[in-house]
Amino acid sequence: MSTTNETQPQDSALVRIEGVEKTFRRASEDVHVLARLDLVVPPGEFLALMGPSGSGKSTLLNLIGGLDRPTQGSVTVAGERIDTLSDRRLADWRARHIGFVFQLYNLMPVLTAERNVELPLLLTHLGKAERQKHVATALAMVGLSHRAKHYPRTLSGGEQQRVGIARGIVTDPTLLLCDEPTGDLDRKAGDEILNLLQALNREHGKTIIMVTHDPHASARASRTVYLNKGRLSNEPVS
Amino acid sequence: MNTLMNWLSQIGSIVKFGLLSIPQRRGAVAATVIGIAGVVVVLVGVLSIAAGFRRAMTASAAPDSAIVLRSGADTEMVSGFGRDQVRLIADAPGVARGPKGPLSSAELFVIINLPKRSTGTDANVPLRGVEPAATAVRDQLTLVSGRMFEWGRTEVIVGAGAAREFAGLEVGSQIKVGRASWPVVGIFTANGGVAESEVWTDAAVLQGAYNRGQSFQSVYTRLTSAEAFQTFKDALTTNPQLSVKVLRQSDYYAEQSETLTRLITTLGVLIASLMAIGAVFGALNTMYSAVATRTREIATLRALGFGRGAIVIALMVESLVIALLGGALGGALAYAAFNNFQAATMNWQSFSQVTFAFAVTPPLLVQGIVLASLIGLIGGLLPAIRAARQPIASALREL
Repeated sequence: MSTTNETQPQDSALVRIEGVEKTFRRASEDVHVLARLDLVVPPGEFLALMGPSGSGKSTLLNLIGGLDRPTQGSVTVAGERIDTLSDRRLADWRARHIGFVFQLYNLMPVLTAERNVELPLLLTHLGKAERQKHVATALAMVGLSHRAKHYPRTLSGGEQQRVGIARGIVTDPTLLLCDEPTGDLDRKAGDEILNLLQALNREHGKTIIMVTHDPHASARASRTVYLNKGRLSNEPVS
Repeated sequence: MNTLMNWLSQIGSIVKFGLLSIPQRRGAVAATVIGIAGVVVVLVGVLSIAAGFRRAMTASAAPDSAIVLRSGADTEMVSGFGRDQVRLIADAPGVARGPKGPLSSAELFVIINLPKRSTGTDANVPLRGVEPAATAVRDQLTLVSGRMFEWGRTEVIVGAGAAREFAGLEVGSQIKVGRASWPVVGIFTANGGVAESEVWTDAAVLQGAYNRGQSFQSVYTRLTSAEAFQTFKDALTTNPQLSVKVLRQSDYYAEQSETLTRLITTLGVLIASLMAIGAVFGALNTMYSAVATRTREIATLRALGFGRGAIVIALMVESLVIALLGGALGGALAYAAFNNFQAATMNWQSFSQVTFAFAVTPPLLVQGIVLASLIGLIGGLLPAIRAARQPIASALREL
C-alpha cells in the first residue's frame, strides 16, 4: 500500500518494482522518464496510476507488462523477474500472466468480436471447443454475448472496449493492465467500463493496474498512486 | 504436437488477418500481382519458344529410329554416301524389314527459297528427297490433303508447318526447283515434328534435278527395336567398307536444337531475372506497406504473446500467397497467349527454316511458379523481419 522504500515481504507482492530507471535516447539526448522507482502491488488490488502527460505512466505499465525493459532496476511479477527474460520467454510469460486493455481497443478489424477474444487462447494448449467455451464465458462477463458475431466497425466505442476487456480476461491472467481504458469514450460508456473493471476486481479478485489521467476513473480504484517527473507519490502533485 | 499445432494456429491467424486486409491495400497488392505475373509471362513465354523448338525437332523421332551420316559430319548438309554404301547400311543387322524390304530410306537434302507468308521475304526451306521406305521409317507421317507424290515424277508433298509459314505451298500450286516448276500434290503432318517444316519428293528425281548422280546425304532407318541400335551401330562402325556416324534420330535432333534452345533459354532467363529484380522491389513495397498499415495490429499480437517467429513466417506466407497469385495469373496468361503459337525460325545447323509451335509445358509452368515464389519470399523477408523487430511499446501507439 505504499510507494517508495517499501518493506513488505516478497510473497505478499504480485508486482514488485525496485530501483527502476528508464531512459530513452531522443535526438542524441538522454530523456530520463523513470527515476529510481519502487512500487509494490499486492494481489487483488485495483491500482490507478495517475499523472500528467509524459509523466511516464504508460512506460511504467509497459515495464510491468513485459513490453519494455528498464534501463536499471528489477521488475518482478507473479514471482518471476521479467526484466532479465529473453524476448521469447517474455512473450510466453505475457501470454500466461498478462491481460492488456488498450485505450484505442486495438481489435483486429477483420475479425469478429468472438475471434478477437479468442486470439490470446491461440497461445494456449486449449482445443477449439474449449476455446469457444472460454470465449463465450468472457463475452458473457462483459455482457456482449449477443454481439459475438459482430465486427469491430459495427460496435460502439464502449462495446469495442468491452470486447477488449473480454480479450484481456479470457485466459484468466494473473494481472490485467489497462492503459487509459476510458480515454476514448464518453462519460456514460466510460462509466460502464469502469463498472466492469470494478466488478472484475471485487467479484473475481482480478488484480488490475489502470493508467488514467481522469480522477473520475481513478476514484473507482482501491488505491491511486501519482507519477510526476519519473517519481511516484501517494499524493497528487499540485 | 499441441505446441506445434498451437504455433501453426498462431501463424494461420496472422496470415488470415493479412489476407483479409488485402482489400484495404488492393492497389499495391494488384500492382505486385501484375508485376509478378509479367515476370512469369516473360519467363514462360520465352522458354516456351525453346521448348516448342526442341519438341518440334524431336517429336517425330521414335526411339527405334536411327540416322546414318558420313563420319565427321554433324549435319546432313555436309554428309554424303554412294549407292553401294547406302545398300550396306540398309542390309545391316538390326534394321527392321517390311514386305518390300528393309525399312531404310536414303535421302537427299537441298535448300530452296520460298517467301514467308508473314514478311514476304525469301527463306531457306528444306527440300528432301526420300525413298519409298521413308513413310514407314517415320510412321507418324499422315497425308491431310491431296495425295502422295508419284515415284519418278517431279511432284512434291509439303509439311503442314511449311504450308502454313510459306506462300505458294497449297495443293495445286507450283514451286520452283532449279529452273523447273514442280506441282504440290499433298500436305502431310508428322506429329508436329521437324518433317512438317520440309518439302518432300522422290530422291531419285531430286538427284536428277540437282545433278547429284547416285549420291545421298543421309540414311534414315527403322530398327527392329530400340535395343537393336547398338547392334546396328556396331555393325556399321566396324565395317571397313564404311566410314559412318550412327545416331539415334532423337539424339541427332536434340543436338541440332541445342544451339538455338540454349540461346533462347539464356536470353529468357536473363530477361526474366532482370524483371524479377524489379518485381522483388514491387513485393517489398507491398509488404512494407502491409506492415506499415498493420503496425499497431502486429504490436498488439506481440503484446498478447505471439512470437516473433510466427509473425515473420506469417508475413512471408502472406507475401508468398500474393506472389503465387501473380505466378498463377502469369502462367495462365502465358498459356493462353503462347501455347501452340505457330512460328518458324532458322535452324543454324541446317541453315533452313523449322516451323514449330510454342510449347507452354507443365515443367515451364512449374518454373514460373517457383520464380514467383522466390520473388514473394525475398520480397516478404525484410518487411517481415522489420515487423517482428519493431519495439512493441512504441508500435502500440501507432495510429
